[in-house]
Amino acid sequence: MTIAVAEGITESLATDHRGGFRRRWYRTPSFVLGILIVGTVIGLSLAAPLLTSHSPTDQDLNHVLQGPTSKHLLGTDQLGRDEFARLLYGGRVDLRVAFLAVLFPFCLGTILGCIAGYYGRFFDTIIMRLVDMVVAIPFYVLIIALVFVLGAGARSIYIAITLVGWVSYARIIRGEILVAKRQEYILAAQAAGFRDLRIIARHLLPNVITQAIVFAMSDIVLDILAIVTLGYLGLGIQPPTPDWGGMISDGQAFLTTKWELSTIPGVAVIITALGLSLIGDGLADLLRPE
Amino acid sequence: MTDAILDVRDLRVEIPLSRGTVHAVDGASFTVRPGEALGLVGESGSGKSMTLRAILGLLPSPGRVVSGEVEFEGQDLASASQRRLRDVRGARIGMIFQEPMTALNPVMRVIDQIAEAPMAHLGQSRSQARSTALDLMRKVGIPDPHRRAQAYPHELSGGMRQRVMIAIALSCEPKLILCDEPTTALDVTIQDQILKLLGALRRDFGVSVVFVTHDLAVVAQTCERVAVMYAGQVIETGTVDEVFHAPRHPYTLGLLRSVPRFDLKRQTLDSIPGQPPDLVMPPAGCRFHPRCRFAQDDCVSGDFPLRPLGAGGGRATACIHDDACVTDVRANPVIADA
Repeated sequence: MTIAVAEGITESLATDHRGGFRRRWYRTPSFVLGILIVGTVIGLSLAAPLLTSHSPTDQDLNHVLQGPTSKHLLGTDQLGRDEFARLLYGGRVDLRVAFLAVLFPFCLGTILGCIAGYYGRFFDTIIMRLVDMVVAIPFYVLIIALVFVLGAGARSIYIAITLVGWVSYARIIRGEILVAKRQEYILAAQAAGFRDLRIIARHLLPNVITQAIVFAMSDIVLDILAIVTLGYLGLGIQPPTPDWGGMISDGQAFLTTKWELSTIPGVAVIITALGLSLIGDGLADLLRPE
Repeated sequence: MTDAILDVRDLRVEIPLSRGTVHAVDGASFTVRPGEALGLVGESGSGKSMTLRAILGLLPSPGRVVSGEVEFEGQDLASASQRRLRDVRGARIGMIFQEPMTALNPVMRVIDQIAEAPMAHLGQSRSQARSTALDLMRKVGIPDPHRRAQAYPHELSGGMRQRVMIAIALSCEPKLILCDEPTTALDVTIQDQILKLLGALRRDFGVSVVFVTHDLAVVAQTCERVAVMYAGQVIETGTVDEVFHAPRHPYTLGLLRSVPRFDLKRQTLDSIPGQPPDLVMPPAGCRFHPRCRFAQDDCVSGDFPLRPLGAGGGRATACIHDDACVTDVRANPVIADA
């Protein structure tokens, strides 16, 4: 057993050099910065009731379109609502809708991508032709049409984005599974007599899901933009619920005099998107197989 | 042969490709008895690995078994449903692969990979399966199993990984283990350890083994009987002693003559002229006749099934001029008497 012991020593040496996710994440600057930015945005949104005593929906028609004052940090909008409160509460709404609107297509696309990639043939043809159909129509045209049909509001946004967004995940997962299922460890799992569900869930998915997670980070950015765009078009979150898209749209009429009304929520969108993109970048680095 | 644990009869595997149908396995027959190790020997592309995969019903798409029987414990696997096959795979028949790096899941801890089959097949709870796994790790000679259990495959050396593979194959105490060149990817000292381990475990567990390899030395070290494959057919069977000392097929003879020998000083190594045939259009008659130095007119057409030699014992050859080999070996022995 001398050789086995010697092997053990070289292995423990090798083990020390390995950098797992847990040991390396803080050494990836873009990931850390992204987490800080997004964490701050989420923190501010969650702490909204502590940070402002104003309600985001209470109107004060005697004090409309005021600039920043000590009472209203960012001033008031055309209905006298506190702009700062609306920004914070709007973040709550937009972020929640965006995360959920990523989660649903992520799950649906992953499941369909697994089926298409693992079983191939008939399933693959059906699912991939569906993907082609969705991809053939421009994203916003389809989203706007769907929300228009379903009626404005958060529920319609979830449904519309799920129906459109799953295709990216299905494509990513299918492609990864096509490669992974040719690996010998999948043959080994089949030779061990495991059921397809176990092979997909325990052996394939953990090896392929990282790409989809990385994509999800940039997809949240797209979804926030989509939600804001829908809000701007009046198809998104319905008033009086505050949301950044609606704020940009409302402030637009006063762009020449009160430019900050549209600009500040716009900057909030950009900062959030930047943070999420940085996380996505960092994750792509961190999760890349060694 | 009724006492066989595995009886492969006239197995044919075809892989339809755009340039034609590959007859990857073309009427292979062999048997494995309980507790016995059978070496399945042949060049690359002779259909050894395809035969193994056909036994488990795991042929790569679009390959399929077109005819023949794979009788395992009295039940035909070639015609069995996927559901029945799943109950046999892993539980009754284990498999060990050539490349332990790629045959282990890179993102799963070693202990979970070993514990998975007992959970799936034997209905063990997670904690039961984990203690089974630790026990197996000890049995296959992994030092400090408690620490290794938490490792990922890439943290282990090749030899350790192959030990893990063996532990996985043994985890449900199967009756038969199929080994697909289990030592080819390892260096010689580790190879020796693994072969010795397999031999010891075979005795301890009383398991039969089919050992696919192109390495005749490995067969000599580990197996009792050997089946030689050429161009998708089994062309000679017998005990390792018989086949290695007195081959009765010119291909086997050629293989044995092409093994380097250190007890003889010679300038060049004997080799078999030509190349293995294209399995899309294999030669008529005896598959080996274009490369055979004993070939005669009657070798170029007709069927060449395995022909039993002597009384029982599984000694058989597909060559009809096997006396030529006998004469040749008598004049010039293949293996020096040690």
